[in-house]
Amino acid sequence: MTQWKRPLAGIVLAVAQLCGLGGAKATDISGAGATFPYPIYAKWAEAYRAKTGIGLNYQSIGSGGGIAQIKAKTVTFGASDKPLAPNELDPAGLTQFPTVIGGVVPVVNISGLKPGEMVLDGKTLADIFLGKVTKWNDPEIKKLNPSMNLPGQAIAIVHRSDGSGTSFIFTNYLSKKSADWAKQVGAATSVEWPTGIGAKGNEGVAGNVGQTGGSIGYVEYAYAKQNHLNYVRMINKDGAPVTPTAAAFQAAAASADWAHAKDFYVILTDQSGHDAWPIAGATFILVYKKPSDPGATREALKFFKWAYENGSPLAESLDYVPLPGTTIQEIQKSWHDNIEAPAVP
Amino acid sequence: MAETAAIATTTPPTPGSRLRDFRHTEAGFRIVALGASVLVVAIFAGILVSLAAGAWPAVSRFAFGFLTSTAWNPVTEHFGALPAIYGTLVTSALAMLVAVPVGIGIAIFLTELCPRALRRPVGIATELLAGIPSIIYGIWGAFIFAPFFQQYIQPKIIDALSGFPVFSDLFAGPPYGIGIFTASLVLSIMILPFISAVTRDVFETVPPMLKEAAYGLGCTTWEVTWNVVLPYARSGIVGGAMLALGRALGETMAVTFVIGNAHKIASSLFAPGTTISAAIANEFTEAEGDIYRSAMMETGLILFLITFVVLAAAQLMIRRLEAQSGGRTQ
Repeated sequence: MTQWKRPLAGIVLAVAQLCGLGGAKATDISGAGATFPYPIYAKWAEAYRAKTGIGLNYQSIGSGGGIAQIKAKTVTFGASDKPLAPNELDPAGLTQFPTVIGGVVPVVNISGLKPGEMVLDGKTLADIFLGKVTKWNDPEIKKLNPSMNLPGQAIAIVHRSDGSGTSFIFTNYLSKKSADWAKQVGAATSVEWPTGIGAKGNEGVAGNVGQTGGSIGYVEYAYAKQNHLNYVRMINKDGAPVTPTAAAFQAAAASADWAHAKDFYVILTDQSGHDAWPIAGATFILVYKKPSDPGATREALKFFKWAYENGSPLAESLDYVPLPGTTIQEIQKSWHDNIEAPAVP
Repeated sequence: MAETAAIATTTPPTPGSRLRDFRHTEAGFRIVALGASVLVVAIFAGILVSLAAGAWPAVSRFAFGFLTSTAWNPVTEHFGALPAIYGTLVTSALAMLVAVPVGIGIAIFLTELCPRALRRPVGIATELLAGIPSIIYGIWGAFIFAPFFQQYIQPKIIDALSGFPVFSDLFAGPPYGIGIFTASLVLSIMILPFISAVTRDVFETVPPMLKEAAYGLGCTTWEVTWNVVLPYARSGIVGGAMLALGRALGETMAVTFVIGNAHKIASSLFAPGTTISAAIANEFTEAEGDIYRSAMMETGLILFLITFVVLAAAQLMIRRLEAQSGGRTQ
């Protein structure tokens, strides 16, 4: 029996050592959360490491996971596609700030239709997704597209089956434009869809829309752009039809009243402004106001400060939309006002 | 065995040390074997306990209503597992309905009818189906099979059955291509090799004397298969079918691709639905809120129990069949 004990003790020791070494290095920034901003965080981290030698250990486990991890204090920052309401942030001692803007674009599959040819408004979009408007030649759609020859085809609805910030922005917009939607469905990262089929991820929605005649779905802007999907133009709050472009998302962010929003709790849907795309939203970072490791939080804030100052070209190369300069100033002011860490950048 | 032989040849052949070596190997062997079985039981208990603990908030909040409610509303936090349970059971049942006869047919062909030269290639081809990762079935189902089915087959089925009372409801439009029915078909292809491989192996254990005696009495191939081979292999076939059913109940990725992921119970088999494992795979990562997560855990617990009950029932059935056939070991 003693023969067995010695190798066993060796193994236990080895495992213990591995665990000690396997933990994040003291200099690395640790974060977890949303999958949507993961590509740009990874790209920023790569450039930041090349410059400063400090790496980022970001686990893209989903917004829900990110919120849970920051509450459990296993990471320095959490990331969420959906901003937390002040009444949820305060009890946890958290604060939040946006990093980049994303947008949601409705895409359709109607034979003979060119991208951007169809125009919809929020009310009609809500009625389609509620299952009230069931055919493409419905008077409600015809009214917005008088010159188009619309088929009498049934509308097949495709939505996300996984919880997603994209769904949150989309349902938030529909809730603002349709009282029925707000009452029956509401806004969340996943909702009880009244009708349609669910597909996993942007690629799943795009795939299903692509192969189902008469279908409509919604995808992340970068995805729609890179795959040249058949997007719909939307009529915004000012009554103007808008094409989804980076400039239209930035217009939505610029018209938002960040300065007066507590904890940047602003959802960029249905913003006023002639050029503003109505279905936009920012992705957020969550940190503690009184971090247990102020040094680590300071390093994380330094990383995001660097990203705000130098990361815009990288963000644009991946079709993310950088925040407007005024918003970045507001964010840095909020760091100073709210976060108790030595020498907040 | 090889190890003991090696020790025996390398150590000096004094009888005392050899005996001690044997004793040590024996003790070590016992500990390793015992440890392995204890580990399995511990993992089983650990999974069950952690699932139950995770599911507890949902269990205490929704109680029995969780099993009967069709709501799945993350906004108001009302959850019910009935659509997912329904989808799980219906897709598995339909898949079995297709795969069991076809699987047994393949096995009969391979053991009784197939020319010798074809036996190996056909057998290997069916077994290779088992080796294809489920994600491949999912992609094939979603991007090749579903569009084809939607365009050429589904509209014809809907039209052809529209006059008949029950069938017109079961196969009602609109043709999405994906849905409960497509998921069942893809599942049936996935579980086919399990059934055919196990069944073929069991058929091969049927003593040739029995078959030859039956042929000698003038039986046709059909009569030999029906009266000799099938009764002899009954319990083995049930075992293979249950293995397949276990896989069908828990299959995740392929189903997620082709089922439509809607928490709804529709009368039509062409309508989108969901299964427990597909719902968990889709929603768990972004499930915000403790009740939502807990409800997902509870569906997992329910799937665990369903699988457990199915396997236990299979064991009982096999035992009863064996008792009926006079205590034969096969």
